[in-house]
Amino acid sequence: MIGTDQTSVIEREDLQSLFDVVIARGYVPVGPTVRDGAIVFDEVCRVEDLPGGWTEDQDAGSYRLKRRHDTALFGYNNGPHSWKKYLFPPRAKLWEAVKTENNGLTVREAEDTKRPFAFIGVRSCDLHALQVQDAVFMNPKHPDPLYAGRRGKALVIVVNCGQAAKTCFCTSMNTGPRAEGGYDLALTEILDGDDHYFIAEPGSPDGYSLLAGIPHREADSADVLAAQECTKRAAEQIGRKIEISDVKDLLYRNYDNERWDALERRCLTCANCTMACPTCFCSKVEDVTDLTGGHAERWREWDSCFTMDFSYIHGGSVRPTTRSRYRQWLIHKLATWLDQFGMSGCVGCGRCITWCPVGIDLTEEVRLIRASEKDKEADDG
Amino acid sequence: MAKKPKLAVWKFASCDGCQLSLLDCEDELLAVADHITIANFPEASRAVLDGPYDLSLVEGSITTPHDRDRIQQVRSQSKCLVTIGACATAGGIQALRNFTDVREYMDIVYASPEYISVLQTSTPIADHVPVDFELRGCPINKNQLLEVINAFLNGRRPNVSTNSVCVECKKRGTACIMVTHGTPCMGPVTHAGCGAICPAYNRGCYGCYGAMETPNTSSLAGWMRDLGVSDYELQRMFRTYNAEEPAFRQEGDRYGPEDT
Ligand code: SF4
Ligand code: SF4
Repeated sequence: MIGTDQTSVIEREDLQSLFDVVIARGYVPVGPTVRDGAIVFDEVCRVEDLPGGWTEDQDAGSYRLKRRHDTALFGYNNGPHSWKKYLFPPRAKLWEAVKTENNGLTVREAEDTKRPFAFIGVRSCDLHALQVQDAVFMNPKHPDPLYAGRRGKALVIVVNCGQAAKTCFCTSMNTGPRAEGGYDLALTEILDGDDHYFIAEPGSPDGYSLLAGIPHREADSADVLAAQECTKRAAEQIGRKIEISDVKDLLYRNYDNERWDALERRCLTCANCTMACPTCFCSKVEDVTDLTGGHAERWREWDSCFTMDFSYIHGGSVRPTTRSRYRQWLIHKLATWLDQFGMSGCVGCGRCITWCPVGIDLTEEVRLIRASEKDKEADDG
Repeated sequence: MAKKPKLAVWKFASCDGCQLSLLDCEDELLAVADHITIANFPEASRAVLDGPYDLSLVEGSITTPHDRDRIQQVRSQSKCLVTIGACATAGGIQALRNFTDVREYMDIVYASPEYISVLQTSTPIADHVPVDFELRGCPINKNQLLEVINAFLNGRRPNVSTNSVCVECKKRGTACIMVTHGTPCMGPVTHAGCGAICPAYNRGCYGCYGAMETPNTSSLAGWMRDLGVSDYELQRMFRTYNAEEPAFRQEGDRYGPEDT
C-alpha cells in the first residue's frame, strides 16, 4: 500500500547506492539498458547503465527508440526481453550421464552456478507475469529446480509506470500500471522541474533492509500524491483494451469463427510472440551425445506452440494449420489458462503486439471476434 | 571394436563450401575420424576406398546429364544418404538459371558452347533419388553437420529444428531488426540453423537456409511492401540461394516478370 509510514524518498543522486548495496549483498543486478536500438535487459551496475533520457514508440509490429526531453531513468515501457530469460533460460542443461564400466551409467543433475539476481525495474505487468510463471514452475507437486532456485533467491525491485506504450493494456488485465505487492521494493520515479527523486515502498523484509542501506528520507503526503499522479497518468494513456469479464466464454463459443481463417493468411507461425511473452513457458528437451555415445546430456530449450514439432505425436502434428496454432495460443492465453491455473495467461504487457513482425494484435482479434458475434446476432434478429 | 562405418563425401554442382565445413571442424574432426572411416573425401584425402558406404554426404545440385546418372550410382552405393547445403537441398544459387534460358549464357561465356553438355535446370538431389536427411544452409553450419554425423553414429534422430530463424534471434536476445529499425528480414519464413547471425549484426536475414517448415511468404512479403520494399527487391529476396525451393519460388514468381 502506498502511504505507509515506510514510504520513503530516495534522491536521484543517491540511486547509485541501490546498485552498490545490491552488489555488496551478492546479487547480480540486471535491468533495462540500451542496446542495438532497443531497451533490453542485461547486467546493470551503475545508474549510467540505465536508459537515462531514452524512451520508445511502440505499436503493432513496430518499436522505435527515441530521446526524451528530460533525464528520466525509467521513462519507457517494456522492450523485447522479459525476466523469464533469467528464471527460465532459453537453453539449460538438465542432467548429464556418463557410461561406466560394465554398461553402467552415472547420472549427474546439472548444477546452477549463477549468483542470485536482483531484477531492477520490473514493471507491474511483468511482476504479474512472474507470478503466472510461478504457478507453472513452482507448483509444489512438480517444482522446476532451476526456476524455483533462482526465483526464491531473486530480489524484485519494481518501478511503477509513469507512462504507457501504445501497446500496453495492463488496465484491462488488472495487472498495472501500479504494483500492489509481491515485490521487495517498489520505486516510482518523479521528475518535477529540477526535482528528480524516487518514492520507495518496501514490500518485504529484504526490501526494508535494502532501503535501510540507501540514503533516504520519509515521504510526506505531497510525495505520496505525486506517486499516485504518476501512475494515474500511465493508466490514462492506455489505449488498448480487452473486455475480459466474459472473454473465456466468448472464445469457447468461437472455435469456428472466420477470424481464424484471416489469421491463417496473416500469421507467420514464426513464434516471436511466444518467445517475447513473459508468461509463455513451453519448452522441448533434446538429448545430445558425444561421438562415442559414452556421454549424453539432456538440454531444455524454449519451444513454442507455433512450431510443428511442438505438437508432433505419432503420425504428425496435431495442429497442422496456422489457424489451429494461433487459436491454440490465443485461447490458451485468455481462456484455458483460467481453467488450468485459475488466472489469466496474459498480463497485458503488449510484447506480442509489438514484436509480431506483421503486427498481429490480440486485443484487436478479440474485439473482431466479439464484433462478429454481434453482427451475427443482428443478422439473425 | 566393431567395424567403423564408412563415410563418403560427394560433390555435384557446388562451391565446396559445405564439405569444407567438415574440414573446418578441426578439433572435432579427429574425433570423427576415430569413429568413422573416411572412405571417399577428395577434399581431405586422396585415398579412396570402394563402396558401399554407410553414410554419404552429398553436396551440390544436379546440373548436367552426367551428374544425373552419377547420383544414381551414389545412391546405390550408400546405405544412408544425407544432402548438405542449399545446392543439394534446393538447387542452390545456380538454380537462378531455371528462370532464364541457359543457352543464352553459354553463348556469352563459352567460345564453343557446342562442347558443353548441361541441363536447362539446377535441381535438388531429392528430385532424383530418395534422400534420408536434408541438412540446409548456404553454407551449412558445422555444428549441425557434426550433430547429423553424431546422430547417425548413435542411431538417433538429429536435433535439427525446422522452425523460423526468429526463434534463434529471440533465444540469443537479438531485438527484432524489422520491428526496431524497419529492416526487411527473411527470418520469419526462413529455416533455422545458422544461429541467427545476420540480424545480430543488424542485417536482415538473407534466407540462406531456405523455407522454414510452414512459411507464410505472402504475409511477410505484404508487410515488407508496406515497409517500402519494391517488388523488384522482393523478388531478389526470394530468389537467392534457395530460389528453386517451392515456397520461395512461388513468392518470387509473384513479383515482376519472370526474366527480371
Ligand atoms: S502494461 Fe502497464 S505495467 Fe506494463 S509496462 Fe505498460 S503501463 Fe507499465
Ligand atoms: S499474450 Fe501478449 S500481451 Fe499478454 S502477456 Fe503475453 S506478450 Fe504480453
